[in-house]
Amino acid sequence: MEITMTLNGKSITASIEPDMLLLDFVRSRGCLSVKRGCETANCGLCTVLMDGVPVLSCSTLAARAAGHEVYTLEGLQDEAADFAVFVADQGAEQCGFCNPGFVMNTIALLRENPDPTDEEIKAYLAGNLCRCSGYEGQLRGIRAYLDQKKEKEG
Amino acid sequence: MIKFKDYVRAQSLEEAYTLCQKKRNVVLGGMLWLKMQKRNAGTAIDLCDLGLNYIEETPEEFRIGAMTTLRQLEKHEGLNTLTHYAMEESVKHIVGVQFRNVATLGGSLFGRFGFSDVLTLFQVLDAKVELYHAGVMSVSEFAELPRKTRDILVQVIVAKKNAAVAYQSMRNTATDFPVLTCAVSYDGSICQCAVGARPAKAVAITDTQNLLKDGITARSAEAFAVWAADQFTYGSNIRGSEAYRKKICQVLVRRTLMEAAEKVESKSKELHNEMYREIHEEIHEEIHSEKKEI
Repeated sequence: MEITMTLNGKSITASIEPDMLLLDFVRSRGCLSVKRGCETANCGLCTVLMDGVPVLSCSTLAARAAGHEVYTLEGLQDEAADFAVFVADQGAEQCGFCNPGFVMNTIALLRENPDPTDEEIKAYLAGNLCRCSGYEGQLRGIRAYLDQKKEKEG
Repeated sequence: MIKFKDYVRAQSLEEAYTLCQKKRNVVLGGMLWLKMQKRNAGTAIDLCDLGLNYIEETPEEFRIGAMTTLRQLEKHEGLNTLTHYAMEESVKHIVGVQFRNVATLGGSLFGRFGFSDVLTLFQVLDAKVELYHAGVMSVSEFAELPRKTRDILVQVIVAKKNAAVAYQSMRNTATDFPVLTCAVSYDGSICQCAVGARPAKAVAITDTQNLLKDGITARSAEAFAVWAADQFTYGSNIRGSEAYRKKICQVLVRRTLMEAAEKVESKSKELHNEMYREIHEEIHEEIHSEKKEI
């Protein structure tokens, strides 16, 4: 079957199998930041934004994404660069495998709630699993980014 | 993973219903649980073009389309006001935001899963389910339908009733499936209590023993919880044994009842304050107009 969607701002048309997952589709289009992790919809590694909303691409059919706008980390480099530095500064990344999913979901969080509390950050990122770090580094990184942003804005 | 031979975006409920009569065809909800199955299905029937993603409010009720996501339920101010934020509480522990942006109300209810947090709460909300072919029925009736029922869930209707609602669940680990779920609604006289994840699907009971006839107190809640725990059947799985669940049930029911009682109390305080404010304003206006006349 043929589908058309907007991927990272570009309209693309492709022929796919009816049961192809969005995860496989975006990876086949070179978006390798999107990772296959648990395959049980638990880890958040495959997070993409569909019409601005974070979804699990491992559980969404590519066919269902037809007609929608999908963004992966490849298309949000500038927005991600702002705070990714702060996450790295805290040594939050160890193996780094979970990082794209964390970054994508943090982008969604900050768009929805530009000034979250620590509890709100934890709640929003509860669906992103990290087996290395214990999450404190990521939390410190996001907090440092927000504090710096507030300082800049005066 | 489940495999599909074909994918169809139904353009009408009739088309979806006709397609789903074939045993091999599958109606898609969020596809989160469905994806975990290992089988070769025929056609995947997607309802995403049918405009079933909505939450409508009328003076009497809320109408929630089957394709509404759990995240939309979680964030809906009207539903949360009606349920004293039990709606948010019942879904916010389910995996993560990305998961809840995909999982649908229809998929969560139609599966009548043993682990469903969603069914537990809807069991005490006097909710009705509208199926395309079978029509409107209570959630309890719907929950008892045979699993092989081939119909399309169109919407869920929640009546606006004046009752305190509370929801609690017990999990071994955050974001995991619950070991037990409990929902209570209490309107000052009638108490409904549903327990799910036993690990069977949620069922509701009412206070047939009149244990709460004088209201919910620490003592009456304890008595009701002990009685209620005997009314349900339990099973064992990797998360907890039958005996463990029964013990947990007593505690969870008591705590949920007490939470509902607190909500009743705070609501009556709110009403009292509102009444007091209105009387105060009226007196103030009267004095003001009398002063003007003088």
